[in-house]
Amino acid sequence: MTDLTKYTLNDALDAMNKGEFTSEELTTAHIKACENATKLNVFITSSFEHALEAAKNSDKRRAKGNIGLIEGAPLGVKDLFCTAGVKTTAGSKILDQFEPTYESSVTSNMNSQGMVMLGKLNLDEFAMGSSNETSAYGPVINPWKKDEKLVPGGSSGGSAAAVAADLCLGATATDTGGSIRQPASFTGTVGIKPTYGRCSRWGTVAFASSLDQAGPIAKTVKDAAILLQSMAGYDEKDSTSLNIPVPNWKTSCDKSIKGQKIGIPKEYMIDGMPRDIQLLWDQGIEWLKDSGAEIIPISLPHTKYALPAYYVVAPAEASSNLARYDGMRYGLRAEGSDLNDTYSRTRTMGFGDEVKRRIMIGTYVLSAGYYDAYYLRAQKVRARIVEDFENAWHKCDTILTPTAPSAPFTLGRKVVDPVEMYLNDIFTVTTNLAGLPGISIPAGLNQDGLPLGLQVIGKALDEDNVFATASALERAANFNLKPKKWWIE
Amino acid sequence: MFTAERVADAKDWIKGETGDWEVIIGLEVHAQVSSNSKLFSGSSTEYGSEPNSQVSLVDAGMPGMLPVVNEYCIEQAIKTGLGLNAKINLYSRFDRKNYFYVDLPQGYQISQFEHPIVGEGNIEILPIDSDGNTMDPVSVGIERLHLEQDAGKSVHDLSPDETYVDLNRCGVALMEIVSKPDMRSPEEASAYVDKLRGIVRALGTCDGDMEKGNLRADVNVSVRKPGGELGTRCEIKNVNSMRFIRQAINYEARRHIEILESGGSIDQETRLFDSLKGETRTMRSKEDAHDYRYFPDPDLLPLNIEQSYVDDLKAKLPELPDAIKSRFMDDYKLSEYDARILTADKIKSDFYEIVANGRDAKIAANWTMGDLFGALNKSGLDLNATPVSAKMLGELIDRISDNTISGKIAKSVFERMFNGEGNADEIIEAQGLKQVTDVGAISVIVDEVIANNKDQAQKAVANPKLLGFFVGQVMKATQGKANPQVVNKLLREKLGL
Amino acid sequence: MPLLTRAYVIMEFFVSNQKNVVNVEDVKKIARLSRLRVEDTELQSLADDLSGILGWIEQLNEVDVDKVEPMTSAVAMKSPMRKDIVSDGDKRDQILKNAPKKDDGFFVVPRSVE
Repeated sequence: MTDLTKYTLNDALDAMNKGEFTSEELTTAHIKACENATKLNVFITSSFEHALEAAKNSDKRRAKGNIGLIEGAPLGVKDLFCTAGVKTTAGSKILDQFEPTYESSVTSNMNSQGMVMLGKLNLDEFAMGSSNETSAYGPVINPWKKDEKLVPGGSSGGSAAAVAADLCLGATATDTGGSIRQPASFTGTVGIKPTYGRCSRWGTVAFASSLDQAGPIAKTVKDAAILLQSMAGYDEKDSTSLNIPVPNWKTSCDKSIKGQKIGIPKEYMIDGMPRDIQLLWDQGIEWLKDSGAEIIPISLPHTKYALPAYYVVAPAEASSNLARYDGMRYGLRAEGSDLNDTYSRTRTMGFGDEVKRRIMIGTYVLSAGYYDAYYLRAQKVRARIVEDFENAWHKCDTILTPTAPSAPFTLGRKVVDPVEMYLNDIFTVTTNLAGLPGISIPAGLNQDGLPLGLQVIGKALDEDNVFATASALERAANFNLKPKKWWIE
Repeated sequence: MFTAERVADAKDWIKGETGDWEVIIGLEVHAQVSSNSKLFSGSSTEYGSEPNSQVSLVDAGMPGMLPVVNEYCIEQAIKTGLGLNAKINLYSRFDRKNYFYVDLPQGYQISQFEHPIVGEGNIEILPIDSDGNTMDPVSVGIERLHLEQDAGKSVHDLSPDETYVDLNRCGVALMEIVSKPDMRSPEEASAYVDKLRGIVRALGTCDGDMEKGNLRADVNVSVRKPGGELGTRCEIKNVNSMRFIRQAINYEARRHIEILESGGSIDQETRLFDSLKGETRTMRSKEDAHDYRYFPDPDLLPLNIEQSYVDDLKAKLPELPDAIKSRFMDDYKLSEYDARILTADKIKSDFYEIVANGRDAKIAANWTMGDLFGALNKSGLDLNATPVSAKMLGELIDRISDNTISGKIAKSVFERMFNGEGNADEIIEAQGLKQVTDVGAISVIVDEVIANNKDQAQKAVANPKLLGFFVGQVMKATQGKANPQVVNKLLREKLGL
Repeated sequence: MPLLTRAYVIMEFFVSNQKNVVNVEDVKKIARLSRLRVEDTELQSLADDLSGILGWIEQLNEVDVDKVEPMTSAVAMKSPMRKDIVSDGDKRDQILKNAPKKDDGFFVVPRSVE
């Protein structure tokens, strides 16, 4: 029998519609793969029994003709989405035993479209990180391996690794500074962060409210389109949710990009850019030309200020969003001598170092006397970045850049300067700051045989062109490489 | 912002050991919006329910929860702002005020810091002194009005070393009304709160119930030499009655004066009023309590109100007590004193207008304020529960003006009406109280009385005061029913006066 | 050494030559405000870390933001509003379900005195 885990989401849905196999069979195959992949440490909580139940129910629905967008597909859910009755930790000790009584709007949408949830996927703690090394549940290992263990990227490391290792047909993830796209690039998968407001944030553990967006990680662009459609949609419980219909993005994938103008921003050619990444970018430009697009050099003058602006805004919002984790109503409580002592013990024990560091930066930049100098200024710089893009859109329809400034790096590499880790997001943060859609597709391997991604950025609400352009790249790149399954016993 | 230009009248100065002082008072009044659901969540705002039964996931600050603003609360804030003659800010925003406390689940309160929904305004207050006399009007400036979430409730006495927390109140909409530091005496402060209370009740934006804590005041007090440099102020939190407000100010002002006169200095701090002892005391200091790290709430969008929306609300505003009072003074030619009493609230002013309709305004005022309100006070009844309706009172007055009964008889008819014996006509009929106006009939009795009192009759010309005696005799003979004007006229004629 | 790390070393040199933006007293204050405990032995290194990060952030001062309105929301749309009806609450069991300590319908927390 064919290895059912090798299917793409799109093909598996088609096959189930044709009766080639059932969701139960598909899910069973994936559960087996998951059980053999413990070395990768992608799951924080697996829910295989529930998954089988869900699969059986899905088959019953399909028999009656009730077929949702992702009917019967075994998927992983980043452990940042609250799932009713299933432990949700945000990768943190402070929520170690937290079982929500409610379902996030995103996963609720997916449930109503027939998702079969395999379990909750590992991530950097509270989505803060770019290597999945800050999780309280241990690091995730990148299925792509050289001699040493590699990081899968972060914060959605578990989601990216699970998809790359064929443990699920797709996974949900979130992106605040690049946490979908960078791990997709590091694992040879596709990841898209949609326009801010496309996906509801209700029930998704908040990191930085004005930057967070949910999105899928998948094996192909078309799979990502299908998944995003099942996740997105207006939610009146989220005041920042966009009240607009969700298009059928699957059809965008087959659209021609002939005549489209692709912007190449000169500020993304940073000093010290690794040669293979520059070459891949050049290759991407050629591919798009071959598809009939026109290449336009553009300038996004404030690009270099995006990272520092991000590292003011994100920690500031996070320091406030994480204040609710205080041991009083849910989560870990470490009893102290009095109220303040209990707060301190709980939060010091419950939060890891990176989270604590960011809370402190955030608290500092918002504190008396510093608000104008840091937060207010960063928000103004952010407005300038938005302006940069708006000016660019007069000249081009989408923008092509590399996704990450390096290939996946070694796990446990000692980082002396925290800023060095922050640089991983250098190509992705601008889109979070501006609220624009951005996708990463695997485009090639570096000289060490490790995956590298290319990023397409689009206008707000123009996921259509983003998917179309990404599909053109995908066809041209023809990246159908997979890591060898070294983790199976 | 904190200019406090006004210098108090000498009558309000406080005498210290070293000289006179004036007290500078500013008030931050928290008024709970009378909405059905909370400011940012759909839970009920009803009072007195089982703990944590009116709490949503949003109120409890669960992971991933988000606020959505209640349109009605915005409307009520704007209406209140209009009632305060204040500027409505078409652009306003919600900010987070960050601090840790057990009654604050999110670890921040959603409030408005930099851009409140209502800006500067002013209202006129009429302070009343301790003898009940109205003093001169004072203009009190309003600094701003903003919307914010209320906190939950901590109960400290259910366990010796733990606190029990009920989040029912958490998230209820509050309007915080900040005055300018324009008040100079405890009486002005309580008159201000009373006035605010009247306005929000008239508008229906808050029920003003101080006992339930739906209206409460934080009182800011400082002292200075009259017209001198401003002193350091202290804030007395959550004072929930007019009397306590006055007591707290009196105590605090003297506390400041004592410290300053003995060479000390005032620590800027937050205090609580102990109503049993009549004193203020320091709150256990919240370390770094003042660094709230305000920033715009990224989960909410800025509010952009259309001017047409505001204009529409303004057009539909119910008439406020001040406007009604002015109108009564103009239309009914009432004195300021009478107008103030009759417009103290909508129920009273509505009542009066029915009584005064088509009748002499002053007579209507006297009967309403004197007889009716007097009887109600004595029986401990509210105007809501009056046994004599406005219509009934009006009819009684009509019976006097159409001479059916005399004013004196009317008093006893009123008493019977108040005791539930029926309306004026029914009682007059039942008791046979109709006034006798028949000149002929009265003439007969006048003649009789004169005949029985020949000596006084002769002396009457020399001593016209004896007329009173004769009037009394005639009234006695007619059981008070004779029309006094007719009696007077006939007696004068027959006695030759 | 990866090219990017070389860029780092240069930056680190630059940063370490700046005055410490954040000192030990600042760290103590921030820790208190955010209810985090920092061991005395960690104070200096945390101050150094935070100084490095904030020093790097200083480059934002190079941007001309004269007359620029700060971005307060990523999406330009009108604030959605809710109608004033009771549509939530009445779910005490759910609210208290994950509470570390509860009694008689209340959350039970360490004593806080006013």
